[in-house]
Amino acid sequence: MARIGVFICHCGENISATVDCAKVAEAAAKFPGVVHSIDYKYMCSDPGQTLVGNAIKEHNLTGVVVSACSPRMHEPTFRRACAEAGLNPYQCEMANLREHCSWVHERNEKTDDKAIDLVRMLVEKVKRNNALQPIKVPVTKTALVIGGGVAGIQAALDIANAGHKVIMVEREPSIGGHMSQLSETFPTLDCSQCILTPRMVEVAQNPNIKLYTYAEIESVEGFVGNFIVKIRKKAKSIDESKCNGCGLCTTKCPNKKNPNEFELGMAKRPAIYVPFPQAVPNIPVIDKTQCTYYKTGKCKICEKVCQANAIQFDQQDEIIEVPVGAIAICTGFDIKKTDFFPEYGYGKHKDIIDGLQFERLASASGPTAGEIRRPSDGQVPKKIVFVACAGSRDPAKGIEYCSKICCMYTAKHAILYKHKVHDGTAYIFYMDIRAAGKNYDEFTRRAIEEDDAKYIRGRVSKIYERDGKLIVVGADTLMGAQTVEIEADMVVLATAGVANQGAEKLAQILHVSYDQHKFFSEAHPKLKPVETNTAGIYLAGACQSPKDIPESVAAASGVAGKISCLFSNSELTREPLIAVVDRLAPPQYSSCTGCFMCQSVCPYNAIEREEIKDRNGNLVKQLAFINPGLCQGCGTCVAVCKSKSIDIEGYTNSQMYSEVDALLNF
Amino acid sequence: MSEFEPKIVAFVCNWCTYAGADLTGTSRIKYSSNVRIVRFPCTGRIDYMLLTKAFAGGADGIIVSGCHPNDCHYTSGNFYARRRWMVFRRLCDFMGIDTRRIIFSWVSAAEGAKWAQIVNSANEEFKKLGPYENYHKLSTQEIFE
Repeated sequence: MARIGVFICHCGENISATVDCAKVAEAAAKFPGVVHSIDYKYMCSDPGQTLVGNAIKEHNLTGVVVSACSPRMHEPTFRRACAEAGLNPYQCEMANLREHCSWVHERNEKTDDKAIDLVRMLVEKVKRNNALQPIKVPVTKTALVIGGGVAGIQAALDIANAGHKVIMVEREPSIGGHMSQLSETFPTLDCSQCILTPRMVEVAQNPNIKLYTYAEIESVEGFVGNFIVKIRKKAKSIDESKCNGCGLCTTKCPNKKNPNEFELGMAKRPAIYVPFPQAVPNIPVIDKTQCTYYKTGKCKICEKVCQANAIQFDQQDEIIEVPVGAIAICTGFDIKKTDFFPEYGYGKHKDIIDGLQFERLASASGPTAGEIRRPSDGQVPKKIVFVACAGSRDPAKGIEYCSKICCMYTAKHAILYKHKVHDGTAYIFYMDIRAAGKNYDEFTRRAIEEDDAKYIRGRVSKIYERDGKLIVVGADTLMGAQTVEIEADMVVLATAGVANQGAEKLAQILHVSYDQHKFFSEAHPKLKPVETNTAGIYLAGACQSPKDIPESVAAASGVAGKISCLFSNSELTREPLIAVVDRLAPPQYSSCTGCFMCQSVCPYNAIEREEIKDRNGNLVKQLAFINPGLCQGCGTCVAVCKSKSIDIEGYTNSQMYSEVDALLNF
Repeated sequence: MSEFEPKIVAFVCNWCTYAGADLTGTSRIKYSSNVRIVRFPCTGRIDYMLLTKAFAGGADGIIVSGCHPNDCHYTSGNFYARRRWMVFRRLCDFMGIDTRRIIFSWVSAAEGAKWAQIVNSANEEFKKLGPYENYHKLSTQEIFE
């Protein structure tokens, strides 16, 4: 006989302000099978949990319904509390009175009725819950780090230094990410490459890290502790084991007029190339779309000059399958290009550039060797305008959020410009200066006070060309919104930070959620900022939202800490909410008829054929068998089973039907 | 007499729509209170016989909602749900169940506002259709008596 306890939480006033908790508790006490029903201010607090525990012992409860917040929030809390009091944790259910009731409805009778219905539904369900034991699964102590920017590098090094194996996959021919393109970093103005490249080398040399560059994730299967990842290693047309990085092939390649991606199109590169001089690994790649040999069948000069015989024109993409226990997504971000802005000329003015292009101009290793020169004619600009919030915080452009890093890098750009062009003037159009962070506000003050950056509060409505100058038309809202016109030599747009191209596809491969801007979503914005909703998959850096370097590095170390915690166990416990095929006494053995519809719909290949044989070894029956290690508990097999032989723990047919039944007295 | 309030049962998946409905709550977006949410691991788990069960028990309208295509936490459960829904709808037509009373939608974990909007528009729709008396009469009199 079921003995159910119902516990109604006020959640301070979050629930009790809208729902009459005492009335709900009173109504629940009359449900069949309910022997104990109370309401309390904070169920999740320590005394609240003790209340549940004591009631379990005192009333000898067989099931508990906590009616509080979303089970996605506190189900583990109350299941633990039940387990401590000696009740099987899977005999505890939560009715969602906060997110699905009190927060979304007005205070009235109907809301109380709904709360009572929700409790009744869960009471009927919990009566039919089975006592379950968690499943133990082994852990593969290897982490996969996707993306080799500063976040990926930090995560990989931290995990490797904790003694675990790491596989790093980078899409580009070299690791380094956007940070390797930067000239200096705020707020210290230390050289970006000087602090990053040693870490890149460390990644290449760490014996615990296996690096795959020019590679992408093809597929991911499995679950926390036991993922199987397929990596597509794109053909570099170079034998990496033979190449010694001498670079002769890149200097001799006759096809040198290809746009250089690393320099954002402001320089050219050969068809066989190393993205930048400090690339890790220092191994060139042949761009098949540009190489003369691939296009015409003639050339092969690189092959002739290569002393190491490393050129392999017939190299094919390679698929590598690796088992990993955890995955860190560190794929970073991208920025909107200047062609996104009709009002700023759709990117057709060569001297309107984006922030990243300015970084390359300011970088000693950039196309102008660190001199600020106009891309159009190579002149040094004497008047330069920086436009902050280009695209960001602009709902009309579909980007409502603040890109966060632009205020700081624009201040940095103004300082760098002044350090290089002493007689020049930098104007900055801004909406607000958002310089929250250690030494950040001091840095923007320095741009204004020491380096004479002219900050103008207002937006730029239009930029057009007149006599070789760019006319920037904006408003100065601090001067009574008067129109300002500046004849500039060059304009730098601090364009919005956006999700990396391919983020959506990767999210779909990994089955992690992403927001409307294609940034990956964290499991909880405050308490689980580096986890995703999929166990064993973590997020670091700007793939989550625009972030600066210290934040990305901190998140990456956080991920490394999480993964190291995961790897500190030899076994993981998994929720036992998986599908099972019923078993009956011979000669039926099971109600399963062996149609194997379930096998064809299972996304995890978890359903196998089990053969029942008699003592002479003759085949009596074929049944579906569900591998508990592979089943993830989606329940698709349950819905397709014609003979209703499969059931899924936690969401059994009897539970779901009784829930629906319980609802319909309303 | 007070205005007719349809009884709505929502069958939702745990990972997208349930989380989306949680977000509706966190964002304090109000919607009509005559909807009851039943949580499933995945829309792929939803046995459509449950829908007829709900109608038989007195529901006037049903919402089925899961992850957007390609976003399913379990890879493909929502595709199976959709495919079965296409077949089930034909069966409904054959059986004389009014398919306007079943609303199938995708609501992601980030779409709190969309969930409220779906519930409210479904409520309006079901209100127009009125109580599902034909089905209720069938189930109570002819089968159970």
